[in-house]
Amino acid sequence: MSTVEQNRQSGGQAAVATVSEMAPQAGGRVASAVLEIHDMTVAYHRRPVLWDVDLTIEQPSLVGIIGPNGAGKSTLIKAVLGLVPLASGSVKIFGQEAHRQRRVVGYVPQRESVDWDFPVSVLDVVLMGTYGRLGWFRRPRRADRDWALECLRHVGLADLARRQIGQLSGGQQQRTFLARALAQRAEVYFMDEPMAGVDAATERVIFSLLRELRDAGKTVLVVHHDLRTVPTYFDQVVLLNMRLVASGPTSQIFNNENLRKTYGGRLDILEAAGQAVASQRRSV
Amino acid sequence: MKGIDLFSDGGQALWTISIAAAASLPCALLGCYLLLRRMSLLGDALSHAVLPGVVIGFWISGSTSSGWIFAAAVVVGLLTAVLIQLLHSVGGVTEDASLGVVFTSMFALGVVMLVKVGPRVDLDVDCVLYGLIESVWLDTQPMLGYEVPRALMSVVGVLMLSLAFIGLFWKELKLVSFDPRLATSMGYPATLVHYLLMGMVALAVVAGFYAVGSVLVIAMLIVPAATGHLLSDRLVGTMGWAAATAIASSILGYFGDLRFETGMAPMMAVVAGAGFTLALLLAPRHGLGSRAFHRFRLALRIVAEDVVAALYRTSETDSAELGLAWRSCLAAGGGGLLARLAVHVLFWRGEIGWVADRRVQLTATGRERAESLVRAHRLWEAYLGENFDLPLDHLHEPAERVEHYLGPALQEQLASELRRADLDPHGKVIPGSKLS
Amino acid sequence: MIPYNTAIVLTGTSLLGATSGLIGTFALLRRRALLGDTLAHAALPGLCLGFLLWHQRSLPVMLGGALATGVAGIGVVSGLRRFTRIKDDAALGIVLSLFFGAGLALLKFIQRHPVGDSPAGLDHYIFGSAAGMIASDVKLIGTIAVTGLLAILLLYKEFRMVSFDAAFARVQGWPASFLDFLIMLLVSVTVIVALPAAGVVLTAAQLVLPAVAARFWTDSLGVMLFLAASFGAVIGATGTLISAGGGVPTGPMIVLAGTALVAVAMLFAPRRGLLARTIADGRARRRIDEQNLLLAIDAPDPTSGGAAVTFDALAARLTQPVGRLRQSLRAAQRAGWLRRVNADSWRLTETGVSRAAAVTRARCLWRLFLTEYPESASLFNDLDVERIDEVLPSEIVAKLEEASHNSAPSHEEKAAP
Repeated sequence: MSTVEQNRQSGGQAAVATVSEMAPQAGGRVASAVLEIHDMTVAYHRRPVLWDVDLTIEQPSLVGIIGPNGAGKSTLIKAVLGLVPLASGSVKIFGQEAHRQRRVVGYVPQRESVDWDFPVSVLDVVLMGTYGRLGWFRRPRRADRDWALECLRHVGLADLARRQIGQLSGGQQQRTFLARALAQRAEVYFMDEPMAGVDAATERVIFSLLRELRDAGKTVLVVHHDLRTVPTYFDQVVLLNMRLVASGPTSQIFNNENLRKTYGGRLDILEAAGQAVASQRRSV
Repeated sequence: MKGIDLFSDGGQALWTISIAAAASLPCALLGCYLLLRRMSLLGDALSHAVLPGVVIGFWISGSTSSGWIFAAAVVVGLLTAVLIQLLHSVGGVTEDASLGVVFTSMFALGVVMLVKVGPRVDLDVDCVLYGLIESVWLDTQPMLGYEVPRALMSVVGVLMLSLAFIGLFWKELKLVSFDPRLATSMGYPATLVHYLLMGMVALAVVAGFYAVGSVLVIAMLIVPAATGHLLSDRLVGTMGWAAATAIASSILGYFGDLRFETGMAPMMAVVAGAGFTLALLLAPRHGLGSRAFHRFRLALRIVAEDVVAALYRTSETDSAELGLAWRSCLAAGGGGLLARLAVHVLFWRGEIGWVADRRVQLTATGRERAESLVRAHRLWEAYLGENFDLPLDHLHEPAERVEHYLGPALQEQLASELRRADLDPHGKVIPGSKLS
Repeated sequence: MIPYNTAIVLTGTSLLGATSGLIGTFALLRRRALLGDTLAHAALPGLCLGFLLWHQRSLPVMLGGALATGVAGIGVVSGLRRFTRIKDDAALGIVLSLFFGAGLALLKFIQRHPVGDSPAGLDHYIFGSAAGMIASDVKLIGTIAVTGLLAILLLYKEFRMVSFDAAFARVQGWPASFLDFLIMLLVSVTVIVALPAAGVVLTAAQLVLPAVAARFWTDSLGVMLFLAASFGAVIGATGTLISAGGGVPTGPMIVLAGTALVAVAMLFAPRRGLLARTIADGRARRRIDEQNLLLAIDAPDPTSGGAAVTFDALAARLTQPVGRLRQSLRAAQRAGWLRRVNADSWRLTETGVSRAAAVTRARCLWRLFLTEYPESASLFNDLDVERIDEVLPSEIVAKLEEASHNSAPSHEEKAAP
């Protein structure tokens, strides 16, 4: 507890401090993987959304979750976070039940899932990222505020801190959500389409931020739509279509055969995938 | 003297207004959360549905102001919220229909109970419509040496409880209202907070019942909150305006009733409605009036800019000395009333002046503005020309639209990305470049 | 023999109920259930204004006023929704409460400043009173009922299209917004005509309740319309009779009769009812548990050598509450799939082995199906894997079977890379 307090006092450097503080909790048992999903089934009135998914992310990395619409990508994230009930199966984060690990988990929901007319400032939203560590009834202090501002600065929105969130552009809103996730000081981030509906420049900013997180030893799982950018963005991919089709390093897993198993024989998809795979070859 | 007015009739005015204000404040404050969570209709449903609870409370206690009423109403209110949820999720009925089924049923039950047991406890159907405000101030109890209405003490109790609830759960309520999923993922279960809120709303609704009756409670739950939402972009501000609207409704509602004899409860709703309408028209950012005004100003600016740009282009030709005819000026602004107004504004601001013979020319200040505009226009043409394969005659139109929105910073960025930032694709000099 | 007056009133309320049920079905399907509520509340000031301006209780004038302010209220709702940051639900609530407040103010004003006809009984419009209904009222209701029925008969196909998928109807070239407007018009007129009997506050319930109750019993629009109309007539008549006998307002009694119908439907309707669903869900859950149990026992386990399995081993393999596991163990034993070897371990019987094989086959085929036909993944819509032969065409199953024989032995299940 006292170390946490100290971290708050130290404001800007807190992120670094927290990471090292987290290390014993996270890596204490060296063997435990970042994320272990075992036999996960999620069903809506017996209709399976995810069926028998087994997935292990061993090392901190940047992971893309790929699959057609309705394949259960968002549901996978929500199930891990405890937002939808499991019909069966278990989820472990750093070797412990997921609901015990809320403090090491960060979440970026889809942008449309909130009301942007809500009367809060950009800084307020980012500050919400610190609520998880505060616990019931405790108010954010000055140090939390500074930390939130620091996170905002990191995504380049410090100037807009006092704005009402509805006045931001789509890309800025997405960056606000990322800043909020940073403010959570998590070890594992789950992001639901953080690049949906943003312009190319913002997408680059977001991607470099994700890479930065990965380089700092965090794990980032991203639901992603654009097949063409998969090989350049992600170290690992998870191909999902109700069940896990394949998962592993992008260079081994992201190929036509697996994409066909995920998306089926639809021509346009296959073409897009073909391009993606070709560009991957070129870059290798 | 006003003071005497307030305290005449044994303090009727003072007590009535205080009870009304204290009763409607919890509704207004908690209503903000309902509004922001898009659950206003759940508030509507709850306000109708607690009626059986209120009647049961009266029936048990035999008094118009007792804790039983609040307890029974909270139980019935939570039951309603659960039933609506059940009918929706288990019964598969759409959300609005399940709301409609549950609250009309509960309300009908309440009315029937009222008609059956009401006469025994001095409660009639009019209370449902007009509240108890016109009678409760008479039932007093000594407190600190004063005769204070019992009802005031109950509603102030609810007000305190609501304030404590909001203060204590400020962070949690804000988080759950804005992003329930994040809240749940952080370990603040959204469902728990939701039902806590519903319990508090049920309490507030009963308090509101004293002031405005059970149908018009909805006016106090939604209208002040909506007024606040139009007037402020912060949660505290929203609540502040909502509270102000509720208090103003109580005061003006009382005096309005004295004047027009419409009943205080309906008058409070009417006053709240008037407040909402005012906010709707005049709110600084989200009001219809100010939005229309901004749109008008933008239109005026665009027309004025078109005029100065036309004047600038004339000044580049051989007939520069002559300026532009008044008529052509208006035509450059698209003609009509707006163009006339825009030209007058330009004169008034000293950006254009007469040359002679109803001909007009740019002044020095006007020239500065025109240069920036034409620079924006030609830079954009140049940018389009360099980066997209567009025929020359397709460049003007997009530039004409974009020129009004390119500030100095964007202009510099464009210039830095261009291979030639001094000539546009038509071969005209870009103002502000080294050629000019 | 029923007295003439009672017969008139009963005819009126049941006709009204039937019409409301009929029109309410479309209101429900178009998700306009609460719009009717707002409309009814917003009609009150119109009723009062009609009286105030005409100085007498002329039903057509008052209903005309009601329709005018009611429709104006709906107009304000859509204006707020379109031009301000006020959302749908709040807009409905704002209009409902403010118009109703204004109406109440006018009502009280009229009662305190009487002009022309006595305003007594004007407040009956709030909770509804059917007792005063006369033959001409019934004729009016009858006209509306016939008009509504005719409109529905003539435009049945079009209305159905718009109710289920307005966007699709528009794409198909139907004048969807016009049809929508027609439906809304029918709803408005029905609400207004129902006001005197059902009351401002509870008219909307007459639209919603019969339709909701009918929805539980059927999936077909035609049957639903018929049921909703019958339910409406029944609750209208029942409510009136009870109200006349017990000295309570008609509106609430009609609503409570409707509530009873909805409750019965929700509990006892054959497929969608709570009882039927609980039984079906329980059965399906037990079956799925049983399948998982058989799979877990059948799964090769190096420590037990494929023989008897202990309770703890099963609990470890199946991530479900221990109580549920005990339950499914008992059930499987009763059904003869399992034999208890000793206090703590079980073994599959002959039939158990073959059933386990069947489950394993179904599961493998589904797995294969999901990778072979990923675009049709939604066909896999029940955790009960053994339904594969019902769900998939037999030639597809045959193909899958062939593929599974070619690919590998059936136990290389967890082949995730």
